[in-house]
Amino acid sequence: MNSIQSRQTKRRILQGLVIIALLIGAFYAAFPVVWMLSSSFKSNRDVFAYPPSLITDSFSMSAYAAVLTNPEKVRFFTNSYFVALLVTLFTLAVGCLAGYSFSRYNFFFKKPLNMLIISVQAVPPITLLIPYFSLIVTLKLFNTYAALVLTYMVLTLPYAIIMMTGYFNTLPKELDEAVMMDGGSRFNALWRVLIPISVPGLVSVGIYTFMQAWNEFLFAVTLTKTMEMRTVPVGIALLMGQHSYEWNEMMAMSVLGCLPVLLLFLFFQRYFIAGMTAGSVKG
Amino acid sequence: MHKVTKKLAPFAYLSPTLLLLAVLSLLPIAMVFSYSFLNNVVMEKNPVFVGIANYIEILTDAVFLQALYNTLYFTILSVVFHLILGLAFATLLNTKLISPLARALFRVVYILPWVFTATIIAILWRLMLSPNGVVNYMLNEVGLASGPVEFLSSRQLALPTVTFINIWAGYPFYMVSLLAGLQGIPSELYEAGRIDGANGPQLFRFVTLPQLRPIILSLAMLDFIWTVQQFTLIWMTTGGGPIHVTEMLSTFTYKLAFSSYEFGLASTSAFIILAICMFVALFYVRQQRAADE
Repeated sequence: MNSIQSRQTKRRILQGLVIIALLIGAFYAAFPVVWMLSSSFKSNRDVFAYPPSLITDSFSMSAYAAVLTNPEKVRFFTNSYFVALLVTLFTLAVGCLAGYSFSRYNFFFKKPLNMLIISVQAVPPITLLIPYFSLIVTLKLFNTYAALVLTYMVLTLPYAIIMMTGYFNTLPKELDEAVMMDGGSRFNALWRVLIPISVPGLVSVGIYTFMQAWNEFLFAVTLTKTMEMRTVPVGIALLMGQHSYEWNEMMAMSVLGCLPVLLLFLFFQRYFIAGMTAGSVKG
Repeated sequence: MHKVTKKLAPFAYLSPTLLLLAVLSLLPIAMVFSYSFLNNVVMEKNPVFVGIANYIEILTDAVFLQALYNTLYFTILSVVFHLILGLAFATLLNTKLISPLARALFRVVYILPWVFTATIIAILWRLMLSPNGVVNYMLNEVGLASGPVEFLSSRQLALPTVTFINIWAGYPFYMVSLLAGLQGIPSELYEAGRIDGANGPQLFRFVTLPQLRPIILSLAMLDFIWTVQQFTLIWMTTGGGPIHVTEMLSTFTYKLAFSSYEFGLASTSAFIILAICMFVALFYVRQQRAADE
């Protein structure tokens, strides 16, 4: 009896310690986020009010209104959405085709090509940047959406191919064969059978791809020039460069700037996490 | 005829990929490699072959060497603390001592830093770490500091500070992978350990860690490659300053190319970064293949 009781107290103490540790961790993880949100609702003067507080008298949506009524800033967002969605679409299409090839065929060069695709992921963007600058200028794509979409695909495609190859590998070959027995082509098998059942994989890859394209900074800042071609990360960076900081507007832009990824994370948590863990967890 | 089309079919599916890889990764790497032996490239009309002169100049440049040191400091500390925090949080989230709902909620909160892009992380921390910002207020209130601390513009604190920010930004990646790893360890292993009389720390040392080893290795190598390349966070917090104390290989290279227009030297430096990343990637590929077999 006594030992059960002492065991229970021990468990209680342990439970208490775990909860305290979890709360400290949550503060570390979330306080900056809360602060960003809070600052976006303040007047610019109150952002540095002393003593600081989460909610001030100046609480209002005016910073958001200022951002959303400024056509230049709204343009950053439409650019980012446009580029990120195009990159996601093209990456999924090209990635599925390549993944199908790797999964269903044996061909000369398969292994070295696979190795090459894995290694491309490790190539630093800064190394590609200098040749990209001259290539994009030569191809007359400087300051266009095409420059961003094409270069981003180099960053997103290897991951998509590796993931889709793995996904198709889990689907039995009999599926394709059944379609072909009915007189369908291989492409039909891919398009009508494999892709529909691979939606979970496509969602994971799509989210990861969108996030990478949405966040990209280095290529965007170098391969575009005019304000109407700038994406959100670059737009925020340029506003920071101006000498009078409108901190509340910056924070409102930041909140809006992380909204799409945050929503993807909250609504597709399982797929979001599956995409994150794919590089390191096997099986 | 039929045989030929059959042989070509896989390449048809691969053609967009092959085109993209050839034009936008193999060609650029060949270009940057050839630029690294030239002077007057990209912006000038008459490139001059200079042999390994660029490599000698870069490898003896004091700022490059400092950037190399800073990058290693930044990267190694980031990897180590990402691993420590990631493992600690994953262990906390894996505990059966709290309800599944609470665990799910904490997991959402703990992943938050991962959804923010580097530009936003940089300006958010600039706001919080400013001399009259909220972090200074808190440190002064609890007595850990007296007077405002210039975190990002002090020569002593700037490098540890950007490293701290990067640790905050990156640990969730480790946490979710390690959590998946922890959940994949068969409970029989722990039971067997307990029967053999192992206590908590011993179970961790002799069951958990060996089981997580392949994941930890993969994570550390991926993170090393990514962190060595980190540009945006540094560019947006300190820009490499003050006086190069947070200069990284990436910011050094970028400035050489797009501020000084020394594209030859910048290519040399960019190629050295590529070599470092490829060296680590080699181990990563071997590790992944071992896991596949």
